[in-house]
Amino acid sequence: MTETVLSVKGLRAGYGRAEVLHGIDLQAPKGSVITVIGPNGAGKSTFLNALMGILPAQGQIEFQGQPISALSLEERVMLGIALVPEKRELFGTMPVEDNLVLGAFRQVRLRNPKWRAQIDVVYALFPRLKERRTQLAGTLSGGERQMLAVGRALMSHPTLLMLDEPSLGLAPLVVREIFRTVENLRKTGVTILLVEQNARAALETADYGYVLEMGEVALNGAASDLATDPRVIDTYLGAARKKAEA
Amino acid sequence: MDLSIVSILLLDGMTNGAVYALLGLATVLVFAVTRVIFIPQGEFVAYGALTLAIFQTGKVPGTVWLLLLMAVLAAVLDTRLTWQHTRNAPKALKAGAMTLLVPAVVAVLSIWAAPQQFPLLVQALLTVAVVTAFGPLVYRLAYQSLADASSLVLLIVSVGVHFAMTGLGLLFFGAEGFRNPSFWDARFSFGALNLSGQAVIIFGVSLALIVLLWQFFEHTLYGKALRATAVNRLGARLMGISSHGAGQATFAMAALIGALSGLLIGPTTTVFYDSGFLIGLKGFVAAVIGGLASYPTAAVGALFVGIVEAFGSFWASAFKEVIVFTLILPILLWRSMAGGHTEEH
Amino acid sequence: MKLTENTQRIALLASVVVLAVLPLPDFWITQLNYIALYSLVILGLVLLTGIGGLTSFGQAAFVGVGAYTSAYLTVNMGFSPWVTVFAGLAITAVSALVLGWLTLRMSGHYLPLATIAWGLSLYYLMGNLDALGKYDGILGVPTLKLMDWDIGQGRPFFVFAWSMVLLGAFALLNLLDSRTGRAIRALRTGSQMAEAMGVDTLRYKIGIFLIAALFASLSGWLLAHFQRAVNPSPFGLKMGIEYLFMAVLGGAGYVWGALSGALVTKLLEDQLQVLLPKLIGTSGSYEIIVFGIVLVLVLKYLPEGMWSLVGRWLPKPQRINNWQNAAALPERTKPAIGDTVLEVQAIRKQFGGLVAVNDIGFSIQAGQIVGLIGPNGAGKSTTFNLITGVLGLTSGTVKFRGEVVSGRPSREIARRGVSRTFQHVKMIPEMTVLENVALGAQLRGHKGALSSMLRLDRAEEQSLLREAARQLERIGMGSQMHELAGNLAMGPQRLLEIARALCSDPALLLLDEPAAGLRPMEKLALAGVLRRLRCGGMGILLVEHDMDLVMDVTDHIVVMEFGTKLMEGTPEEVQQSPKVRAAYLGTEH
Repeated sequence: MTETVLSVKGLRAGYGRAEVLHGIDLQAPKGSVITVIGPNGAGKSTFLNALMGILPAQGQIEFQGQPISALSLEERVMLGIALVPEKRELFGTMPVEDNLVLGAFRQVRLRNPKWRAQIDVVYALFPRLKERRTQLAGTLSGGERQMLAVGRALMSHPTLLMLDEPSLGLAPLVVREIFRTVENLRKTGVTILLVEQNARAALETADYGYVLEMGEVALNGAASDLATDPRVIDTYLGAARKKAEA
Repeated sequence: MDLSIVSILLLDGMTNGAVYALLGLATVLVFAVTRVIFIPQGEFVAYGALTLAIFQTGKVPGTVWLLLLMAVLAAVLDTRLTWQHTRNAPKALKAGAMTLLVPAVVAVLSIWAAPQQFPLLVQALLTVAVVTAFGPLVYRLAYQSLADASSLVLLIVSVGVHFAMTGLGLLFFGAEGFRNPSFWDARFSFGALNLSGQAVIIFGVSLALIVLLWQFFEHTLYGKALRATAVNRLGARLMGISSHGAGQATFAMAALIGALSGLLIGPTTTVFYDSGFLIGLKGFVAAVIGGLASYPTAAVGALFVGIVEAFGSFWASAFKEVIVFTLILPILLWRSMAGGHTEEH
Repeated sequence: MKLTENTQRIALLASVVVLAVLPLPDFWITQLNYIALYSLVILGLVLLTGIGGLTSFGQAAFVGVGAYTSAYLTVNMGFSPWVTVFAGLAITAVSALVLGWLTLRMSGHYLPLATIAWGLSLYYLMGNLDALGKYDGILGVPTLKLMDWDIGQGRPFFVFAWSMVLLGAFALLNLLDSRTGRAIRALRTGSQMAEAMGVDTLRYKIGIFLIAALFASLSGWLLAHFQRAVNPSPFGLKMGIEYLFMAVLGGAGYVWGALSGALVTKLLEDQLQVLLPKLIGTSGSYEIIVFGIVLVLVLKYLPEGMWSLVGRWLPKPQRINNWQNAAALPERTKPAIGDTVLEVQAIRKQFGGLVAVNDIGFSIQAGQIVGLIGPNGAGKSTTFNLITGVLGLTSGTVKFRGEVVSGRPSREIARRGVSRTFQHVKMIPEMTVLENVALGAQLRGHKGALSSMLRLDRAEEQSLLREAARQLERIGMGSQMHELAGNLAMGPQRLLEIARALCSDPALLLLDEPAAGLRPMEKLALAGVLRRLRCGGMGILLVEHDMDLVMDVTDHIVVMEFGTKLMEGTPEEVQQSPKVRAAYLGTEH
C-alpha cells in the first residue's frame, strides 16, 4: 500500500468574491506523476496556488498525513513542498548560481551540511545552466529560465514538486526536454504534480490525470485512458461543434 | 575664494556627507527589502546621540523603558497571532518569549550599568545595543501587518512613526540639546587643513560599514536572501525566506546604522530631540539620488549633498536648504521616468 | 418629510448664523474659526488625495503663498484685502501649474516625495526672504472690513469663514456629481481605463491639483487677516503632514470627512495639550505622539476614515429618475452592415529581442463578430492593446473606418468610435452602476469643472444619464442602475463594462475575455446581448478562452500561436483544423 503524499478533499478557493475552484478532490501516491489538465480559465494555476498557500482556501489538504491548511506558505516550504509557478518568479537581477543557492535555503535552515552538493546534481541535470552560472537570470532564454526555475526548486530536496505549466511559451524541442526531465525526476522518488496546458505531452508522462473544467474535476483516470478519451478533446475545443453538426 | 577655503569647505562637506551616506545607505537598504520609505531614520540618529548623553549623566535613558514597553507589546501580539494560527498554547507562549528575549536582556543590562558610569566606549556599545533593538520592534508594530500595502500607505505610516518617535524623544530627553564628548581628541594638520580625530573616525566607520554591508549582501547567503526578498517577494517566500524575518532584520540594521551615526555626530554638533529629522532627510535625498536602489550612487549623492550644503552655507547660508530641496525635484522626475510606470490599482 | 438637497444646504448655512449668535464661550468661537481654516485646506486635500489618489504633503506651502501675498501687499502697498485675495489666488495658480506640471508626471511614491521637496523648499524660502521678514514674518496685517464692519475677528469672522467652508464643500459635492467628477474618480483606477474613456488624465490631475492649491490659498488669505500677522511656522512640512493626517482621520474620500477630521483633530489636540502634561508630569507638546500612533492605527484598522462609519449608518439617498425628457445625445453616422470597420495590417510588436506579435493581419466588418483565440502566451492581449492604442506598434498599420489610427493615444482612438472592455474589470466601486456607465459617455459631453461647481451643467448631465440608462436597459441591467458597482457580482460587472463601452456610441466594440468568471446562465445572456448588437450593425472583436461561447457566437475566428496567426476561418473550419487541435492540445513535432 503506497503512502499518499498529498490528499485533497473539497478544496474551494478564489480571488476576492469570485470562487474559482468549487470543490476539488485529488490524491497523489508517493513517487507518482499526477497531471491536472484543462482549458484556460479552468482554475489549474489557482489550484496549485491554493495548495502552496499563496491563496486562502477552504477544504482539507493533507501532506504526508498531516493537515496543512493552517500553515503559512513558508511553513509548507519547510515541510518539503516546492512550487515552480507559472511566472517562474526568478531573481532576475541575480546570477544563475545565486538563484540556485537561494533555492537551498530550506536545507540551510534544516542545518544540512551537504546542501552545496545538490548544486552539482542540478548542473548534471541541466548542463546549460552550468555554462551560464554567472549570467543574470533575467537574461536567459525562455527554456533556460524554465530549467533554472525547476533546478532552483530541486535544490530544496522537496518531497512534493508542483509544476505550473512548465511548457508555457516554450518551443516544442524544449518542451520535449522538460518532459524528459520530469521523467528522470520520477526516478529519484520525488512525487510530482504537473499542471499543464499541453495535454498530450502531460498525459504521456503522467501516471494519473485529472481534467479540470470551470473549477471542477470533469474527468479523472489513468493517463493512458484519458489520452484516448474523446471527451478530453471536447473539453478543450468546445462542445458547440456538436450543436453545429446537429 | 582661495584654495584653502575651498579645501576647508570640501572637507567639511565630505565629513557631513559621510554621515549622510550612512543614512542614505540605511534608507536604500530598508526600501530595497521592505518597500518602506523610512522617514524616521533620522530619529534613530537622535536617539543614539541622546541615549549616550543620558548614560553619561549616570541615569537610565528613557529609551530603555520605551524599548521594554514596545517589546512587551510585540510579544503579546506575537503570542496572540501564533495562538490564532495553531491553537497551541506552549507554541504561542514560546513565540512571545522569543520576541521579548533580546530587548529584555538589553534593557536589564542598561538599567544595571547606567549608574556604574562605565567608560565612554562601553556606554557607546550599550547605546548601540539599545537603539538597534528598537529596529525590529518598530517594524513588527507598525509595518508587519501592512506588508502587502502599497509603498504609498507605507510612506504615510512612516510619517506616523516619525511623529510618535519625535514626540517620545521630547518626552525622554527634554527640550535641551546635548553634545557628547569626542571619541578621539587628536588633531591632524595637512597644510591649511585641520582634520580632527573625530572626522577620522567618521570616515573610518563609514568606509568600514559600506564595505561590511557590501560583503554581507554580495557574499553571504543571508545577505542574498534579504536582497531576494526585494527582487521578488513571492519567489523568496517560495524558497522559505520569510519576508517578516527579512523586514525585522533589515530594520535592525537600519537602527544600528542610525545609532552609529548618532554616536558619530554627537560630538560635532549639539543634538536636540528633533535634530534627527533634517539629518535623516538629507540622507534621504542622497538615497533618492541613488534611485532608492544603488548603494554607490547613494554614497556619491550624499557627498554631493554635503558639499553643496557646505558651499551653499558659505555663500548664502540662509538659502542652503532651499537649494538642496529644490535640486531634488528634477532628480525625482528623472528617477520616476527611469523607473518606468506601473499601474497602481 | 424628506428635504431636498437645496433645502438641506440652506439649512446648513442658516445654522452657521444661528451658532454665531448662541452664547458659546469666545474660546470655542476662536477654536472653530481655526477649524474652519483647516477645513478649507483639507477640502482641497480630499479632492486631490482622497478622490484623485495624488498624495500631497505640501498643501501648507500654498497656504503660505496666499497668506504672504496678501500680507505683503496690504502692509507694504496699502491694497485692500478684497483685492489682494485675487493676487494671492493668481500667484498660487501660477506656482501650482508649474509645480503640478513637474510633479504630476511622477508615479507611485515619487509624487508625494516631490511634494515634500517643494513644500520644504517653499517653507525655507518664505522663512529666509528679507522682504517677507524672515522667520519673524510680517506684522500689522489689517483685518477684514465690510463697509465699516470688522468681520475679520470673532463671531462675524466665524460666519464669514464657515460660510466659505460650506460653499466650498457644496462646490466640491457639485463637482463630484458631474461629468468632470466621474473623470476625476476614474483617475484612481490607473490611467488605462480613464484614457480609454477619453479622459486626458494629466490635464485632470493638474486640474484637481490647481483646485486644491486655490482652496489652500484662500485659507491662507483668511489666516493672514484673522491673525493679523504672518510667520512661516504654519506653512512647513509639519503642518503639511497634519493636514494629511486630518484628512485621513476624517475620511480622505469624503467631502464631509474633511470637516469632521479637522474638528476631531483640533478638539483632540486641545484636550491632549491639557491632559498629557498633567499625566506625564512635565510640560511640553506631547500630543504628536498620540497623533503618530493614531495615524498608524487608522491606516491599519480604519483606512477609510471616520466618515466611512457614518456612511454605513446613513445610506446615500437614491437618485431620482428624472431624465426622461432630457434631450437625446447626438449620434455619429454608423457604417452600413458589411462595410470594413477595422483593418489590421501586418502589425508587429517587439520587446527587445522578443517578438510578441508577429505580423498579424485581419479585418472586421460592421455587423460581424470576430473571435481572437489561442493558447496562453499566444499574444492575444498584446494584439488587443496594439489595436486600442495602449501599446505602440513596432511596425504595421491599424485602420479604423478607412482612417489610420496606429500610433495615436488610446483616447484619440476612443473618440473616433472604438470602445473596449478590460480583462480585469476596471470600474469605480463607490459610484453607482448608472454613474459608472455614464463615464462611457464622457466624450459626448462638454461641460467643465466650473460649470459643474455652479450647477450650470444640469441639462447636459440629464442627457448623459438618460443615455447611460438607455444602454443599461439595452443589455438588461436596467433594474440595477442605482446599486453600488462595488456590490455587484462578476457577471453583472462585466455587463456593466459593456454598457459603459456602448455609451460612447461606438462603431467597433473590443471585448477582452468578457466571459471569464461568468456562470453558464450569464454566458447565455452575454451571447444574447452580443447577437443583438451584431444585428444592430456593430462590429465586435472578441478575445476569449471559453470555446463554447466563441464557437456559438462568432462569425469568423482568428487563431494565434506564439505571436503568429495560425489560421483564420469559420468556427467549423477552426474546430476541424488539425493545426489548431495540435496547438491547443499539445503536439508531437
